[in-house]
Amino acid sequence: MATKRLAFIVRALPYKTEASRLALTHAIASQSVEIYLKDGDLVEASVSFIGDGVLNCHKNQQGMKHYGLTTIEGHYKNSLLLDLKVLICKEDLDRLGLTENDLLMNAEDIGGETNAQIVPYSEIYKEMESVDHLLFC
Amino acid sequence: MGKLTIGCFSSLVGSLSLDFSIKLAQAAIKKGHKVDYWMSGNATMLSKKGQKAFKDYSHLAKTVQELLATGNFQITACEACAAARGYHKEDTMEGVKSHSMDWYLASSFDADRVLHIGGD
Repeated sequence: MATKRLAFIVRALPYKTEASRLALTHAIASQSVEIYLKDGDLVEASVSFIGDGVLNCHKNQQGMKHYGLTTIEGHYKNSLLLDLKVLICKEDLDRLGLTENDLLMNAEDIGGETNAQIVPYSEIYKEMESVDHLLFC
Repeated sequence: MGKLTIGCFSSLVGSLSLDFSIKLAQAAIKKGHKVDYWMSGNATMLSKKGQKAFKDYSHLAKTVQELLATGNFQITACEACAAARGYHKEDTMEGVKSHSMDWYLASSFDADRVLHIGGD
């Protein structure tokens, strides 16, 4: 019986490439991984947004309106609904002039109980140090 | 002997990241390790059968077949990413599997190392 911890580190801009969306969908897939594992074994994923990747957390995205696509925000919200740990780099928000008010911080409207956390990079570094595997996107 | 899990989002043509990761898989297998290889996003292009070898473009199909023949290499494409690009079962190269993303995360569970190439 063991748990392996993975950290997805998202640096990619939303919509420019598929990378940030895939990071979130892969992290969410940790919820159904048990079908491949022995009873009691788990894979736990966290998602950290750093650099330009913090823009993925912006609220009121209009992906459906402009591209006919589900928003990154929707996947991000699902990850909070599923209680994944989501960290957002404070220094990169400051650099881009973004505040907590600009971001989607929870999934309360769909029943989520976990909030995203705005943290200094040093906290994200600690998360990277603590996991079994790092996956940069 | 160890196990390496490699995941890649980069396309077969247009980026050399996929070439690099397949070469890494080749080197690991040559040293006696096992490799699980996961293709997601544009990397699913590598699963397509009928790739033609031109000198100007990356051509990895032959190497993938050689790696599969060792018995120490598994390669799997994200089924949704492939289907979204029009690559269906009948278009898939022999030996390449198709699964959802949880296959990759499960492979990482008992991997000694995971290398993830998440960009283009």
